[in-house]
Amino acid sequence: MMGYENQGHEEAHLYATPEEMESLVLNDNDDSSHHQSQPNHHHPLSSSLPFAAQIPTDDDHLLASPSSLTHSQSQSQNPIPNHSSSSSSFKFILEPPSYADAVFRSFDGDHINETNGHDSSSGDLSSSSPPSTVEYISISVSDPQKEQDLANSLVSGGNTYVTYLITTRTNLPDFNGSEFSVRRRFKDVVTLSDRLSESYRGFFIPIRPDKNVVESQVMQKQEFVEQRRVALEKYLRRLAAHPVIRRSDELRLFLEVDGRLPLVRNTDVASRMLDGAVKLPRQLFGESVGAVDVSEVVQPAKGGRDLLRLFKELKQSVTNDWGGAKPPVVEEDKEFLEKKEKLQDFEQQISNVSQQAESLVKAQQDIGETMGQLGLAFVKLTKFETEEAVYETQRVRAADMKSVATAAVKASRLYRELTAQTVKHLDKLHEYLGAMLAVNQAFADRSSALLTVQTLLSELPSLHLRIEKLEAASSKIFGGDRSRIRKIDELKETIRATEDAKSCAIREYERIKENNKNELERLDKERHDDFLNMLKGFVVNQAGYAEKMASVWDMVAEETNGYAKDGS
Amino acid sequence: MQQRSFSGVSQSPRSPSKQPPYLAVSVTDPAKMGNGVQAYISYKVITKTNLPEYQGLEKIVIRRYSDFVWLRDRLFEKYKGIFIPPLPEKSTVEKFRFTAEFIEMRRQALDIFVNRIASHHELQQSEDLRIFLQADEQTMERARSQETGIFKKKPADLMQIFKDVQSRVSDVVLGKEKPVEESNPDYEKLKRYVFELEDHLAEAQKHAYRLVKRHRELGQSLSDFGRAVKLLGACEGEALGKAFSELGTKSEMLSFKLPKEAQHLLMNFEEPLKDYVRAVHSVKGTIAERAAAFRQHCELAETIKMKEIDLNKLRLTRSERTADAEHEYEELKADGEEARRRFETIVRLMNEEMVRFQEEKTLDMGHAFHEFAKGQSRLANAIADAWRSLLPKLEACSSS
Repeated sequence: MMGYENQGHEEAHLYATPEEMESLVLNDNDDSSHHQSQPNHHHPLSSSLPFAAQIPTDDDHLLASPSSLTHSQSQSQNPIPNHSSSSSSFKFILEPPSYADAVFRSFDGDHINETNGHDSSSGDLSSSSPPSTVEYISISVSDPQKEQDLANSLVSGGNTYVTYLITTRTNLPDFNGSEFSVRRRFKDVVTLSDRLSESYRGFFIPIRPDKNVVESQVMQKQEFVEQRRVALEKYLRRLAAHPVIRRSDELRLFLEVDGRLPLVRNTDVASRMLDGAVKLPRQLFGESVGAVDVSEVVQPAKGGRDLLRLFKELKQSVTNDWGGAKPPVVEEDKEFLEKKEKLQDFEQQISNVSQQAESLVKAQQDIGETMGQLGLAFVKLTKFETEEAVYETQRVRAADMKSVATAAVKASRLYRELTAQTVKHLDKLHEYLGAMLAVNQAFADRSSALLTVQTLLSELPSLHLRIEKLEAASSKIFGGDRSRIRKIDELKETIRATEDAKSCAIREYERIKENNKNELERLDKERHDDFLNMLKGFVVNQAGYAEKMASVWDMVAEETNGYAKDGS
Repeated sequence: MQQRSFSGVSQSPRSPSKQPPYLAVSVTDPAKMGNGVQAYISYKVITKTNLPEYQGLEKIVIRRYSDFVWLRDRLFEKYKGIFIPPLPEKSTVEKFRFTAEFIEMRRQALDIFVNRIASHHELQQSEDLRIFLQADEQTMERARSQETGIFKKKPADLMQIFKDVQSRVSDVVLGKEKPVEESNPDYEKLKRYVFELEDHLAEAQKHAYRLVKRHRELGQSLSDFGRAVKLLGACEGEALGKAFSELGTKSEMLSFKLPKEAQHLLMNFEEPLKDYVRAVHSVKGTIAERAAAFRQHCELAETIKMKEIDLNKLRLTRSERTADAEHEYEELKADGEEARRRFETIVRLMNEEMVRFQEEKTLDMGHAFHEFAKGQSRLANAIADAWRSLLPKLEACSSS
């Protein structure tokens, strides 16, 4: 028999700055009371509960910045420069370009370049004096070092691993300090990722980098380490860009606490529920938590060690799939189902566009390369004709050829730059493909929570039935049947516990549904902004570089105008 | 239809002095004739002239590729020392023989070929040209089939001559002097120049051809990209979806411009480069002829010397064979004179031809460069305009 202790507190674990907390808690209390007295509802859990969505201050960031769901960078941007800079960069194209510049700059001024390992972008932007209320957090990963695992080195030579220096710069109040570093190994990142997915079910949590077991053996060590460093940096930045995750204890501990990573397996989710604020697991303080078993309810069965529960839920899911009877609770949220389908379609289309974008980039690259080779061939020809010139006509031809050669080489360089810029823009597509993984995970959280609820719900009737039978049997015996009565009491206790667990599971399910909903809204908003910016950036670049190329060739056409034939 | 009229033909004693003499030729209207393996393309060759040697002011004949080959071979035989205008290659790949692009390219090349002959002050006077431009089809066919005996050099022979010349040049360059070679430093320099020029040109042409292909590939990927983006737009819906759709449509629109530009690039840039390479081959052919003439001249000179020695011996002995020997000697001397004259003509003509060749190539290349630049500029401007026109729409989407 599973026993669940009733914690009875509402989960108010949402986008919350401390100020918002009070109102959120109040709302949830309203919700819970509302929820418990819903006699006219057909199913207690049919539709998502009314939730007064609080708009946290973070949303202003989302509106202003081009950061995506999985794209994290320093957030110290003014909302305003975003729009004006894009139009000013537009104006730039219309002015005659001066390509005396050795460095061709990118055409979109509002695009902040993510340079690996550097927070230079944050430095640039903070110089434009952001208002002090703008929060930022910027993370960089650097300096891989080989270290020895002394504790476990049974084998001589020991177990070596690589640690990376994680440097954080932030003005978020949760952190102790504004700049600090810690050393972490990849295993720590895996732990962080696991803890986050336990605590933040229903959220679109960025997917951590692969373990790459094969590659780590096969690749050159340096190359692999660098590849991993880049991936880690991207991942941590994405985490920091997520408005809820960036406030999480897990991330904070990971970034701040030097030495061994203090994230343990049995996080006390129950204590999180206490005052609605995210708190540290009580284990950290050494308190024994007793039979913290309700927390188990809010974790999916698969992750846990409870085989009996696993078995029950498996049985339930089979019943759901094959049984004629409808399960007591179904995913009736049509809106959600529609959204889910739409997202699947979206994922498909994004993948398709991503592929074609790659081909386009390759084609641009190829044409640039060939143009360059053509230019070089003409350069050689020019040199040859000039050196060997016997006749004036040869010198004239050499001069003509030289201007074509120069133009071709210039055009080739322009293509190369255009390609690099295009890759950066269209990379957003790849990021969203990655984000879809997080979405699928969040939806899976929801499904498994629903399955837990269904399992518990289906248990109750049978328990009641057994009690009835026992009571009927016991009533026939005069004075009652001691053993039967005891059994009945046990069963009644089980029912109570199951009811508690059921309530807990339902609450968890609702919570996850809420998270899903809010995350979907956030995804929609961010996606809208991100993609529009991506499109703009792409278009601006294409137009800008095409203009530059046009003027390069215009000059040559002008110079060779004398050769134009009539009618050509 | 290109018509290159020339001005200033050399004096024709019977031409009326009222109108300046002109000879304008064009090759047009390719038509597929016959079926299956026997099928070929025929062209209309239109001659407009007031020259008395020609029958009437305008004449139209039907010619095929092998007729042009006949003309080129005849001229090559008769006008040693002159760089005969090159012909487009015979198509080896069956698949492309009848594609519209190939036919047009060939027509253009044939037109240029005939016009170059018609505007060359020596070649334009050739009897063979007149036959080519005027003879009826049967006469032409007869003339063409007669070639397989005496005059027609098989391509293999030509290749052998090229190889000989090449090895001789490299021998000279490497210092391994063979006896029967001109020791003219300027000429050596010229030969080296021609051979090296061919290498450079071949490389440039190779890249030009690849560039044409790249344009087509870019067009294809723009089209695929556009389609995919439009699908994504349909999935997204609303303002963002509209933005995607607009972008996709624009991309597809642009994708049509690229194969057009590719074709233009092929006809007006890559083809002139190929033509340049062919012209260099023609020069190499003349170099081979000059070498052959020189060898003949030298060999005869040697033979004459030997004969003189023999003759003097005979004269001393007062043999009855002396008369015959004298006779042979005189004949040999005449041949030797002939060979020397032939050789010197080639040398003189080559010098003039070199000047003309360089002039012609500067003009041809200048025009090709101009077309290349214009084409690239046109394409780039179209691309810039297309993308720029999207920006206000994107701005509108973001504000909504």
